[in-house]
Formats: sequence, structure tokens, C-alpha cells
Amino acid sequence: MIAIVDYGVGNLFSLKSSFVSVGADVVVTNDADVLRKADRIVLPGVGAFGDAAKKLRDSGLFQVVIDEANSGKPLLGICLGMQMLLEKSYEYGEHEGLGLIKGAIRPIGETIDNTLKIPHIGWNALHFPEEKHPLFKNVNEGDHVYFVHSYHGTDCAESTAAITEYGGILTAAVAKDNVMGCQFHPEKSGNVGLTILKTFCEL
Amino acid sequence: MITKRIIPCLDVKDGRVVKGVNFLGLADVSSPISLAKYYSDCGADELVFYDITASAEGRALFTDILCEVASTIFIPLTVGGGINTLDDFDRVLKCGADKVSVNSGAIRNPSLIGEAAKRYGDQCVVLSADVKRVDGVFRVFAKGGRENTGMEAIEWIKRGVDAGAGEVVVNSIDTDGVKNGFDIEMLEAVSNAVNVPIIASGGAGGIDHFTQLFRAIPTIDAGLAASIFHFGEVAIPDLKEELHKQGIPVRR
Repeated sequence: MIAIVDYGVGNLFSLKSSFVSVGADVVVTNDADVLRKADRIVLPGVGAFGDAAKKLRDSGLFQVVIDEANSGKPLLGICLGMQMLLEKSYEYGEHEGLGLIKGAIRPIGETIDNTLKIPHIGWNALHFPEEKHPLFKNVNEGDHVYFVHSYHGTDCAESTAAITEYGGILTAAVAKDNVMGCQFHPEKSGNVGLTILKTFCEL
Repeated sequence: MITKRIIPCLDVKDGRVVKGVNFLGLADVSSPISLAKYYSDCGADELVFYDITASAEGRALFTDILCEVASTIFIPLTVGGGINTLDDFDRVLKCGADKVSVNSGAIRNPSLIGEAAKRYGDQCVVLSADVKRVDGVFRVFAKGGRENTGMEAIEWIKRGVDAGAGEVVVNSIDTDGVKNGFDIEMLEAVSNAVNVPIIASGGAGGIDHFTQLFRAIPTIDAGLAASIFHFGEVAIPDLKEELHKQGIPVRR
């Protein structure tokens, strides 16, 4: 069973539907016991980092997610959920993340050509390192996925699982063993996205 | 490199697609679900559903349909039509819409944009403006293009973006339905005024018009059209193939 963590940020309808469509047994939950019993955990998220991190703490699930990830359970962060896997974020101040992956979230404006529009919205190509993380074994170099974000992972080179180009290099995915995160939205990325979610269900 | 988006727009009334759709090989040509699936399979980068229903029953049908589309199609969905309050945002976002487009509702109540952006994020709020030249000035029209608001369009769009609209759809009433190409002059004026993604609408009659658009204004992010896609005059795979050949980045 896959548990999507519901800590009060954003709408989880599409995310849940996308897992259903790849044949997964999926629940949306804010119950720590359900997360502990699940085979895999998905951490979603939209909005501002500080606000979301606070909500995750207030829900009492912050430490549960860390403990489950440390026990080796596959964990997939999506968009802001991916950002929360890292140590900290500099979005409007400085906020602590789950610290499961080394690195920090910074504005993409510090990385990209300053004539480009922010947020980075739309379909962009994924580029993988020579040795691909198993999460991406069924997708190809250059496949397009859908992004909507203004911040991205930095100082996370050792865990960078995919990048994308937008007037500079942006972190598109991170992964360290069982802890994985996509900056893009696999649930809005057509067949490529569904393939990634299906692969996650089988890891 | 970020790709240029191609967006079909579907008008929905009482839960059915209207404006006539003429596809071969589709069992139910007015089912929003089969059309959405068709477009998604063809490579559409996003879909816009425009609810032109007037009745409350029709609205309920629309949200049922939207939920069904969002559980079948996994590309971004934008919903517009009849969005007047934050409750309207809530109603369609709960059914799986990713973005909500406001038009007349924002003209009546301009603070709607800011309130929605604050609650759901800028990326969620699309300002859609129907614009027409009146004595050489770009004016904003309300109520589906029937009523001149008297507001200068570029100022209105700037105001909307400052308030938190994360994207702008510019519908040129002057070129809409003429099939003689997008309104490059109008789109350029908007493009020079704001730094958020701009979706061009109104005037596409063939593949060349998309090429012209993206060549003439490299900062335009997307092209939206309805009838030329619905009537099969332009097939999205052919359009994308041609754009690719012309060196314009597209998702294929």
C-alpha cells in the first residue's frame, strides 16, 4: 500500500488518481500508524516552504516521515515535498527541512539568466547522469515533464538524479537510495510521469 | 530548454462539449472525457475547459465531468467560465483543476485575483482578457466580449499580474474567428508589459500561424486554439513536427 501524506497543503485528487491509474493501492492519510504500515510513502506539497514545514510538524508527521525513511522505506517527495527532503530552504527566511538529503533550497533566480520568467512553468527535458537512479530506469534522456516552481535544490550534487535546463542548470530530481524526490509533477507529466510513478510502486 | 505549449480549449455546456467537434474515429464527439483523452494522446500540453453553463444544475454537471477528466488525464488542466468567488476556485480545484482562469469575475471584483493568489499561489491564477481595439486603443471587454469595460487593456493586465496572476491568456477579439493569424501587435504589447507566461489566443487558422507567433515573439509561451483543433484542420502531432523542424522547442 502507498500512503500519500495529507498534512493540509494542496489538493491531492490528481496525485491520488495518478497512482490509481497505474494500478496502485493508494490511500491519502494524516494517520501516523497508516504511514508506518504503508510499503511506500509519498510526500506532496505546494505553496511556501516555511508554511508547509510548519504544517508537517503540526500534524505530528514530520518525525514519522524521517523515521520511516531511515528504516529504508521508499519515500517520494513531489515538488515542495521534494524540497522538504533537503536540509533547509531559504524561501522567505531560513527554514529547516527533513534533512534526509544533503543540500539547500534556493531561488532559481540565483542560478538562471535573469531575463527569463519566474516561476519556471511548463514542459522541460530531463537529463540524467551516466548512472541513473532506478526510479528513472524506464524513462529516457530528454523526456519532457511538467514543472511549476520558483526555488530548487542546490549544494545537492551528490544526490542529484536529474537536471533540467532553463537559462542555467536546475535540479529536477534528487535521490539517495530509498529517498527520492521530483521537483516536477509526475502526476501532470503524461505518460512519462505515470511511468515514473509506476516504477516507484515497484521499487 | 522549456518548450512552447500547444493548448486546445473546450467549451462545455451542461457537461457536454459544444461548438461542434468533428472528429473521425471518436465514438462520442461531445464527451469532454473522450475528447480530453484524445487530445492528451495527441500530445496537447495542457487543456482548457471553459464552462459556458448558465444554470446551477449545469455547474454541478461540469464539476462531475471535471473530476472524471482529472482522474483519467494526467496533464495540466485549466478551468474557466463562471469564476466569481474564492468558492468557485475551491469548487474546481477540488475536482483536479490545476489552474483557474478569471475574466469577467475579476473585472467585477478585481481583488479576486489577489485573494486567490494568496490562498492558492500565483501559479494557480490565470488572468484571461478579451481585448479589442477601439479607436486605436486596446480595450478590455467583459461578458464574453460583448461589453466594452472602457479599461485600457495593457494597464488592466499589468494590474492583474501585480495582484498575483501567474499567467495571462490574451484573446484578441479582433483576430478571433478570422483565421488569419494571431494578433502579433497586441501580443507584443502585452509581452513587453509583463514578465509572466503569456498564452496567445484568437486567430490561428493553420500551422504557419503558430510558427509565425513563436518566431515573431520568442517570449510567448503558448498558443491556444479551439475550432481548428476540433475540426481537424490542424492536427497537433503535425503542428509539433513542423514547429520542431523550424527550430521551435516543443514536447514530442
